[in-house]
Amino acid sequence: MPRASHAPLHLAVALDGAGWHPAAWREPDARPGELFTARYWTGLVTEAERGLLDFVTIDDSLSLQTSRYVGPDERTDQVRGRLDAVLIAARVAPLTRDIGVIPTAVVTHTEPFHLSKAIATLDHVSTGRAGIQVRVSGRADEAAHFGRRTVPGLRVEDLATAAGQPARSTAEQPWVKELFDEAADYVEVLRRLWDSWEDDAEIRDVATGRFIDRDKLHYIDFEGAHFSVKGPSITPRPPQGQPLVAALAHATVPYELVGRSADIGFVTPGGADDARAVLAEIRTAQASAGRADETVHVFGDLVVFLDDDPVAAADRKARLDERAGAEFSSDAHVFTGSPAQLADLLEEWRDAGLTGFRLRPAALPYDLEQITRHLVPELRRRGVFRTAYEASTLRGLLGLPRPANRYAVA
Amino acid sequence: MSTSATPPKSATPRKQIHLAAHFPGVNNTTVWSDPEAGSHVEFSSFVHFARTAERAKFDFLFLAEGLRLREQGGRIYDLDVVGRPDTFTVLTALAAVTERLGLTGTINSTFNEPYEVARQFASLDHLSDGRAAWNVVTSWDAFTGENFRRGGFLPQNERYSRAKEFLATAIELFDSWQGDEIAADKESGTFLRDARAGAFVHKGPHFDIAGQFNVPRSPQGRPVIFQAGDSEEGREFAAAGADAIFSRYSTLKEGQAFYTDVKRRLARYGRTHDQLLILPAATFVLGDTDAEARELAREVRRQQVSGATAIKHLEFVWNRDLSAYDPEGPLPDIDPDLGEHTIARGRAQVRMYRDPLATAREWRELAAANKWSIRDLVVETGNRQSFVGSPATVAETINSFVQTDAADGFILVPHITPGGLDVFADTVVPLLQERGVFRTEYEGTTLRDHLGLAHPDAHSDTDAHSDADAPAGRVAS
Repeated sequence: MPRASHAPLHLAVALDGAGWHPAAWREPDARPGELFTARYWTGLVTEAERGLLDFVTIDDSLSLQTSRYVGPDERTDQVRGRLDAVLIAARVAPLTRDIGVIPTAVVTHTEPFHLSKAIATLDHVSTGRAGIQVRVSGRADEAAHFGRRTVPGLRVEDLATAAGQPARSTAEQPWVKELFDEAADYVEVLRRLWDSWEDDAEIRDVATGRFIDRDKLHYIDFEGAHFSVKGPSITPRPPQGQPLVAALAHATVPYELVGRSADIGFVTPGGADDARAVLAEIRTAQASAGRADETVHVFGDLVVFLDDDPVAAADRKARLDERAGAEFSSDAHVFTGSPAQLADLLEEWRDAGLTGFRLRPAALPYDLEQITRHLVPELRRRGVFRTAYEASTLRGLLGLPRPANRYAVA
Repeated sequence: MSTSATPPKSATPRKQIHLAAHFPGVNNTTVWSDPEAGSHVEFSSFVHFARTAERAKFDFLFLAEGLRLREQGGRIYDLDVVGRPDTFTVLTALAAVTERLGLTGTINSTFNEPYEVARQFASLDHLSDGRAAWNVVTSWDAFTGENFRRGGFLPQNERYSRAKEFLATAIELFDSWQGDEIAADKESGTFLRDARAGAFVHKGPHFDIAGQFNVPRSPQGRPVIFQAGDSEEGREFAAAGADAIFSRYSTLKEGQAFYTDVKRRLARYGRTHDQLLILPAATFVLGDTDAEARELAREVRRQQVSGATAIKHLEFVWNRDLSAYDPEGPLPDIDPDLGEHTIARGRAQVRMYRDPLATAREWRELAAANKWSIRDLVVETGNRQSFVGSPATVAETINSFVQTDAADGFILVPHITPGGLDVFADTVVPLLQERGVFRTEYEGTTLRDHLGLAHPDAHSDTDAHSDADAPAGRVAS
């Protein structure tokens, strides 16, 4: 029985390895031997598209996965190794049609010029479905892979108050703030480069022999504390104009990055009240950045163990925990229960102001299929989720307009 | 070579030809004004081009690089195609719509870091099931550097030392996984057999890095390595470790001289003749008859060289603003400016004219003798197509170049995007196949298989080529 109609929920899944539980790869339907194949990722994204989800994110890092905050852990009982997320996204984009693809990229050690054209190109190959989740790296071991800078790195004593995540005090240390300021500069460069070609710059004017109208190409002339970039991009403006920029945030400094630079923030509240508090911080940051009238989506992240029988979900988590040798903990709320119970929780958090959710399947493909085949129909019964893709671009799915070019003369 | 598709028809074994397709780039060889010319950026153009190459059983698709839009006279150069996609992203996307075609990307060693490039190539190799190749190039100018964190800090003489160390470091990263580390054994709970998989330490003048590489060994072990430089250092760099050279010598004599020179260098590094392929870039124009093709070729050259383009081309040599000159008139009387080259930026081409005074003198004499205008001169002296003729003539010419050791094959650059390769695929390739010098089906799955190159894990004795497709580098599945 459909309820009164609410604002529709946006729903995404975060893909990483065999799922977010460290023992997920040992589940009967897990395919750990295929993690480094195109087939594996195509299968997962296709399943997400079957569920009409808004987008998938694909996680990444510039080091081996680790259970520690301070460096590699030399464990051999968990998934280790990963492929470049932007390239996984590029590989699946031509084989899907409607779903958005948002890979993660570390901005601390990479070139904004390269990433800008990579995401512009992802937007071209997906005809308007690309985004990028920017990630700051404060890890000394990742810095050593590049040898161009040192970061103090998180220290064990910084984690004294950590309950599954770095203490807020850590995230507010000056060197961390500096990394986030650099990330904001980085995003500014991405965005300027995406606009550095006006949409109608290519003219192919045979009479004058001119291929482009160079007055419609723009130097971005970015100069910041960490880098300067001249421009223009070598890649024409992507179909969406501006592909979407997302960031995961757990504390004030990253909330500010979301407020000033992102289109989508992923946050990790423990409950509806917490969600309200986080949203207030982000909306304040957004207003101080002069973006109060722009849509910035704030998605709640949850790790999910889903079974029709809630007891089965709890048992499954217990079994996985036992295999892992430790109770699962996460920066995000860990949900075990039925799709209907999850739908209740999502509606409650949605009422707190979250505009969507990014679910992290505890085990792949199991919990992804629970989402697409059980949660989605449940949300649809409640009248809060789409029955067909209503737009052909990711911006369209998220209700965001195609932005005007900052360099175009009106 | 070990790649012969069908038993040779004659008693004498014949060299098998390798063919590659270069997506038309931002040079004036690309004719954008033709009604048939399509987008240079939309993915559908790349799909069309790649599928044509794969239908014709080509070895690989090739993408060049340019990381700053070219300028001339202080403004963005607007007469040629401008704009291109990101190489890694578009090649990986093409892996989704092709099955066998090799995917070669030009990636420079100046504005990148080994850890990132190694993981991008290893990822491309995984996601294409072993079809990745890397054309390693160096960048020379601070002009391009203005788009990057590093800026343009490399003196000319350090470009190759950085390139060599960059490649060596990347290979250390590719080799930091042996290929058997991933157990993924659900029963025992062992995912990795070795906790230190991917461990590396590299200390050198350009890179001082250490840690663990996070991409397991890819199907080909490493991407196939191309080198494109032509200097003494470049040739030596190629002989020491490259799998193939992208050369510019597409005439018979020059090609043979280059081929002999580079192949002779291999022994010094304990390598055999067939471990380094010489693949020159080549353009073509096909017609029903040789005469028709010649006529068409002339038309194409005039499309490639508009009056405005001819003036710009002269500026490469004169290093002066020549916009006041009439392209249909005579060459300038003034001499080139021999100072630092400032007129054209972001172009390798200007370095080819090492003695501008001599070039100017020679061009004036040619123009006077033939009554050529500026435009006529540029049309006649520049960018003459490598292969012009009927399909039979072009097939025979290409074959004779390969059989007489001017090349091991060609990287073909059509002048129309994306359909310019179609006619070659439809008319020349079948003739080469009839002659038994070009494959009729892909025999292997990886680019190494197509090129007859051994897997890096195969033994380096001379029998290794027969094992070239052994999947020694694959992760457990």
